[in-house]
Amino acid sequence: MTAPVELGRPGLAGVPTTDVKQTKKDFTSDQEVRWCPGCGDYAVLAAVQGFLPDLGLARENIVFVSGIGCSSRFPYYMDTYGIHSIHGRAPAIATGLAASRPDLSVWVITGDGDALSIGGNHLIHALRRNVNLTILLFNNRIYGLTKGQYSPTSEQGKVTKSTPMGSLEAPFNPVSLALGAEATFVARTIDSDRKHLTSVLSAAAAHRGTSLVEIYQNCNIFNDGAFEILKDRESGDEVLIRLTHGEPVRFGADAQLGVRRNPSTGSLEVCASDDPGVIVHDAAADDPTQAFALSRLADPGTLARSPIGIFRQVERPAYGDLMAEQLDEATAKQGEGDLQALLHGKDSWTVG
Amino acid sequence: MTVKHVRELDRVVIRFAGDSGDGMQLTGDRFTAETASFGNDLSTLPNFPAEIRAPAGTLPGVSSFQLHFANYDILTPGDAPDVLVAMNPAALKANLPDVPKGATIIVDTGDFTPRALKKIGWTTNPLEDNTLSAYKVHALDLSGITMQALAPFELSRKDASRSKNMFALGLLSWMYGRSIDGTVTFLREKFATRETIRDANIAALKAGWNYGETTEDFAVSYQVKPAAMPAGTYRNITGNLALSYGLIAAARQSGLPLFLGSYPITPASDILHELSKHKRFGVRTFQAEDEVAAIGAALGASFGGALGVTTTSGPGVALKGETVGLAVSLELPLVIVDVQRGGPSTGLPTKTEQADLLQVLYGRNGESPVPVVAASSPSDCFHAAIEAVRIAVTYRTPVFLLSDGYLANGSEPWHVPDVESLPTIRPDFATELNHDGEGERDFWPYLRDPETLARPWAVPGTPGLEHRIGGIEKLDGPGTISYDPNNHDRMVRLRQAKVDGIAGVGELEVEDPSGAARLLVLGWGSTYGPIGAAVRRARKAGHHVAQAHLRHLNPMPANTGDVLRSYDRVLVPEMNLGQLALLLRGKYLVDVVGYNQVRGLPFKAEELADVIMEEVGAL
Repeated sequence: MTAPVELGRPGLAGVPTTDVKQTKKDFTSDQEVRWCPGCGDYAVLAAVQGFLPDLGLARENIVFVSGIGCSSRFPYYMDTYGIHSIHGRAPAIATGLAASRPDLSVWVITGDGDALSIGGNHLIHALRRNVNLTILLFNNRIYGLTKGQYSPTSEQGKVTKSTPMGSLEAPFNPVSLALGAEATFVARTIDSDRKHLTSVLSAAAAHRGTSLVEIYQNCNIFNDGAFEILKDRESGDEVLIRLTHGEPVRFGADAQLGVRRNPSTGSLEVCASDDPGVIVHDAAADDPTQAFALSRLADPGTLARSPIGIFRQVERPAYGDLMAEQLDEATAKQGEGDLQALLHGKDSWTVG
Repeated sequence: MTVKHVRELDRVVIRFAGDSGDGMQLTGDRFTAETASFGNDLSTLPNFPAEIRAPAGTLPGVSSFQLHFANYDILTPGDAPDVLVAMNPAALKANLPDVPKGATIIVDTGDFTPRALKKIGWTTNPLEDNTLSAYKVHALDLSGITMQALAPFELSRKDASRSKNMFALGLLSWMYGRSIDGTVTFLREKFATRETIRDANIAALKAGWNYGETTEDFAVSYQVKPAAMPAGTYRNITGNLALSYGLIAAARQSGLPLFLGSYPITPASDILHELSKHKRFGVRTFQAEDEVAAIGAALGASFGGALGVTTTSGPGVALKGETVGLAVSLELPLVIVDVQRGGPSTGLPTKTEQADLLQVLYGRNGESPVPVVAASSPSDCFHAAIEAVRIAVTYRTPVFLLSDGYLANGSEPWHVPDVESLPTIRPDFATELNHDGEGERDFWPYLRDPETLARPWAVPGTPGLEHRIGGIEKLDGPGTISYDPNNHDRMVRLRQAKVDGIAGVGELEVEDPSGAARLLVLGWGSTYGPIGAAVRRARKAGHHVAQAHLRHLNPMPANTGDVLRSYDRVLVPEMNLGQLALLLRGKYLVDVVGYNQVRGLPFKAEELADVIMEEVGAL
């Protein structure tokens, strides 16, 4: 449904597969899950554990790397290899792992504070380099583990423990940020929509390079209902825009609304669905301009008119592949390294 | 033609000094290369400003290169130059205080204009007043002569005068009987695609040599015979190059692919540059977005079964601290190279210091023991790197490898080892389940080797050993999250015991030829050379002095306390305010005495010898 082009699964090329039938249970560790009851993280964990068997990968070649935050406990619950690292650094650690081990499927689990605040630098550089990673960014628009401070995606004016008179800061739009950082795969989905979530994850895993998936995830303790407007059956259809590659961008309960380009400003705006200017979504477009414009449709406060689905999916060589090519090229041109010759160098002399 | 005399010398210290753009480092490097292949023992000290091109003709813009060469084994780049080559007024003024009376000064007069002199605060011309009366001065218009020599090339004035460093090199090569053939070959390669520049430089080099040979200004040339060295193959090598080679060799000896994560920082960047050239050895280099990502990527690579290394200097170590702590908790091999420089903060980026010892030992949250290995000379960086890797891989731990600006850029002849003689390092990856669980075998990632206390290193791709590790405290054995108070106490002590129990550290060896010494001089790191030279002087003056040097700062050799207690006095010279001294006093309750300088330069042997003789005298 959401995969724009059938490309097989280049993102997993080189990762050993298994013929043994896997189930969700194979990916479930013996550790008790300790998220708060009702947390949106449970749904994402279930979706990931449920969908991984479909990939048929050798379980030992899958690694989950996380930072710090509620969502970053995720690797403990997966019966794969995993590292629960330090705050914000998961993309950096995963970069070293993925760049040196092309036979691994490497996943990064992060949150809005972890990825966009303390780890913002690592996130944008992983995207720019196009390291072969799948990054799941759990966005609940709040700091959960530290008990309720505003995050870099919290709406301006938000009252939290650390902002009793309201947050002063404009939030990041993670999709806009990723597109600006030269990302080759950017998608957004919602924790409670299992079908959509799974389809996006599947496309993200299949993509070679860095795939960023923003997951709107409810923190029922510190920011309950942050995405309710998008989940509510009545309001949801009016405010949620489901992007499908190659299809006109239409939404609303009866698909009565569309999105068109304002000819004078170039930005996108809502129009009637039968407007002749309704745009067709092209995730594979080289130029990210329209994808970026789509990411700007959402109201930064209420999130009304949020597009979900794959904004952008384009091909660009992955960092680790290019690195391996240079090693191969150097070896092909100069031969394998000879340590003794290296140590002797060109200007040695002999005594005795 | 003038009759030329050749005078024989044991040793000479030459300092080339000029503007940052004058090519003094290259000149020094080439003279060093010729001297090395001639067979002298040598030691070098480059000294340059942090600015790439400070304003021309100013004191802060002066760059210098000092070379000490001899017909016997020497330990330092020399306290003071016997010969100063000053390419402009600023270079003369900046270096004159270091030049002893009676020494030779070769000075380029080309730029001694009133304006240039005024720029550096000289109101009269030192070539014309009494400023230099105590020196043997050769005042030559090097710029002018070079330009004359290059007239046939029809170069611009600027391009022609750029070759004056090669003229000076040619002249000095004549003075000390060095061949210029190697430099001719070097210039041919360096400027292979720019023929005019190539030929002009070679012409300037030869003109300099011929100038010495023919002009009456230089009546004497000097000979410093080759030094007696053990049989073998030698090359000249800087600390950063030796360290790079050590890492490549250790990767080869352990069978692990080398992964370097690094962020450019002076004076460590050359290791990144060097390793990036050796891709055919399977070396992956990753220039990260920052210091934190650099070490993070290295640690990630280690998790995947690579030899993860990160290289930096003191400010970078500060940024990496949290990740070093993670590596302590994950118990994965990782080598963190700290090429120390003057601090705090940006400090003196291009100058040397050894003031990061306490930072690398204690600059992290929690009880976070990390082994520390320190190199003692430029060529020793090779072996120190292999030792750091051995400890990291064998004990599954981050290891700090300490070098400094002096070792990094300084050079000396290196007896190239036979690769067959290098130690083998065994990663011994875990491949099997290691524990009897309830009814079935399972894998415990923190089940320790009873001898080394190292945990199994099970890399992704190994079926059945899937496991999760992290920065949260782990249950002893199973490695699952544990907040149990007693378990934390046990794990803290286990991690400490693992580092304390590292084998192969060896005994602290004391050199005390007379066996009658009551004073021990103990050092660590790059002070090895200056301390050794100072101790020799003191002994030559008839004093009994013992010398010992620490390679392992954590853990220290088991006999360290006994050694310290067996001397009436222990002197600890350090290029910091007493960091090792603090450790020794705290650990061994011995009242060691510090001698401390933080001038951004290595100790001078003579000063240190005076201190040693004072201490001996006070006993």
